[in-house]
Amino acid sequence: MRAETVLIRTPEGIEFDLPLAGPISRMLAFAVDFAAIAATGAAIAQLVAPLQLFSEDAARSAMTVLYFAISLLYGILTEWFWRGQTLGKRLLGLRVVEASGLRLRPSQIIVRNLLRFADLLPGLYLVGGVCCVLSSRRQRLGDIAAGTIVIRTLQLKEPDVDQVLGRKFNSLAESRHLAARLRQKVHVKVAHLALEAILRRDEIQPAARLVLFREFAGYFRDLVPYPAEIVEQLTDEQYVRNTVDVLFLGNSSASGAKKLLPLRSS
Amino acid sequence: MILDLPRFVEAERPHWTALEKTLTWLEMNPGGRLTLEEAARFQALYERAGDGLTRVASFAAEGELQRYLAWLVSRAYAEIHETRHHIPFRPWRWLSVELPNTFRRHIRAFQLAMLLTLLGVALGGFAIRYDPDAKSVLMPFDNLRVTPAERVAMERAQQGQQLTGRKATFSAQLMTHNTQVSLTALAFGMSFGLGTVILLFYNGLLLGAVAVDYIAGGQTIFLLGWLLPHGVIEIPAILIGGQAGLVIAHALIGWGDRSSRAERLRHISRDVVTLAGGVAIMLVWAGLVEAFVSQYHEPVLPYGSKIAFGLIEALLLTTYLARSGLSREASVAR
Repeated sequence: MRAETVLIRTPEGIEFDLPLAGPISRMLAFAVDFAAIAATGAAIAQLVAPLQLFSEDAARSAMTVLYFAISLLYGILTEWFWRGQTLGKRLLGLRVVEASGLRLRPSQIIVRNLLRFADLLPGLYLVGGVCCVLSSRRQRLGDIAAGTIVIRTLQLKEPDVDQVLGRKFNSLAESRHLAARLRQKVHVKVAHLALEAILRRDEIQPAARLVLFREFAGYFRDLVPYPAEIVEQLTDEQYVRNTVDVLFLGNSSASGAKKLLPLRSS
Repeated sequence: MILDLPRFVEAERPHWTALEKTLTWLEMNPGGRLTLEEAARFQALYERAGDGLTRVASFAAEGELQRYLAWLVSRAYAEIHETRHHIPFRPWRWLSVELPNTFRRHIRAFQLAMLLTLLGVALGGFAIRYDPDAKSVLMPFDNLRVTPAERVAMERAQQGQQLTGRKATFSAQLMTHNTQVSLTALAFGMSFGLGTVILLFYNGLLLGAVAVDYIAGGQTIFLLGWLLPHGVIEIPAILIGGQAGLVIAHALIGWGDRSSRAERLRHISRDVVTLAGGVAIMLVWAGLVEAFVSQYHEPVLPYGSKIAFGLIEALLLTTYLARSGLSREASVAR
């Protein structure tokens, strides 16, 4: 089975996951790079044009060699200077790293770019694309030869829960041990789904909204049962709101909690 | 473990910010170096963020915080643990020592590439000798389909005039095309060498067919004068491209090597790059010679001088690949 992430274990015993880039985002990045090479080629044609006044042959020859050099060296130079990123990868939020998570070495950058000759065959990046889809670490031939992987660089966004939840008293957060258990037990995907449901409540039909929040509330109630006196007055939707409040803000608004995640990666 | 997450984030945030700042600086300045104090602080921040990541990992709802810390730790890990020795690139040393040494280190792959080409040459020559009709199949180029005598008459009449005003362009096209062929032979190594073998054999087939056709047509001297000046560099360059492809294939297959495939490939990556660099240089020279020397024939350029030029090139190339950097290699071995 193909993994979504690569697990790295450091000598210090720290474990972390690197999220692998998918074939589609890599293809889009390649399209951007292809356009960049074409644009650079066009710019060079303009620069070389005055040479034609002296010798048309010299101008054509310079153009042929320069265009070939650019298409060969573009990936090598950009990945070297931008630490594993080309223009396309920068725009799409991708980066090439060594499979063990370390920095790229020059020979690795050159090998993965030279091997493009095989990956491009028989056209439209077919060999590379098929390899990427079949490979457990989403590697094309060049990546396998160079021992590299392409990962997604994260763009973390802080969930905008303040405006949704308001700053009201939250009875669920008052029982700190139960709130902590809730944060521990709720799966991250479910937490985000619940937040999404609150953020988009007005887009949902009233009948469907009732069912949705009933199911969410039932799930959270079963996961961490609260004493009846704390939750008896809460509607299903309010229960979900308070739960999301606990999950994302981690504390009662009444106690003046700050946002937990002022986190944006570069 | 129950963690007071707000307090934890509040306490740790300044350290994460400091770590992120250092990382951004390092990433923006690839040649930049930290002082001993800064490096110690950087290491401490990395370990602290790693510790934070381990603690946060138990909190399912803190996915974003966990991913942020993982991203921070992964970047710091790449900086701190990248301690492999970096060999600076020195062009003269590379040309005089590293390239010929690398070539000799993988001489068996080169010999195999040469054997495959020679097998192709033998079959191509045999096919043309005993089945002249095969010419249209083996030589898919118009200028090779005429009889050798016609071609010689044509070339001698034109004396390269057909290239008047486009010699430099022709030379550039030869360089780029041959580089593409050689690098494809290299890249085909990833097909466990199958693509490289086919490409080398096909090149030999074509070469053998042309050679025997001209020899049988009594045009041996023309053939040598036409082919040797650029061919003695161009053909070895393609063979070296094939050599690099076979080196990759050997690392992929891993006969007699118990290390992992990734390790084997990592081990040869610098050699492959070195061989590819050598191929590129040789093909630039071959392209210039083919456009500016090979296209001229007697009486403008005597065949004897063209053949002598080719033989001198072959001698120099052989000496360079066989002898250059030997003393340095021996001193390193000692």
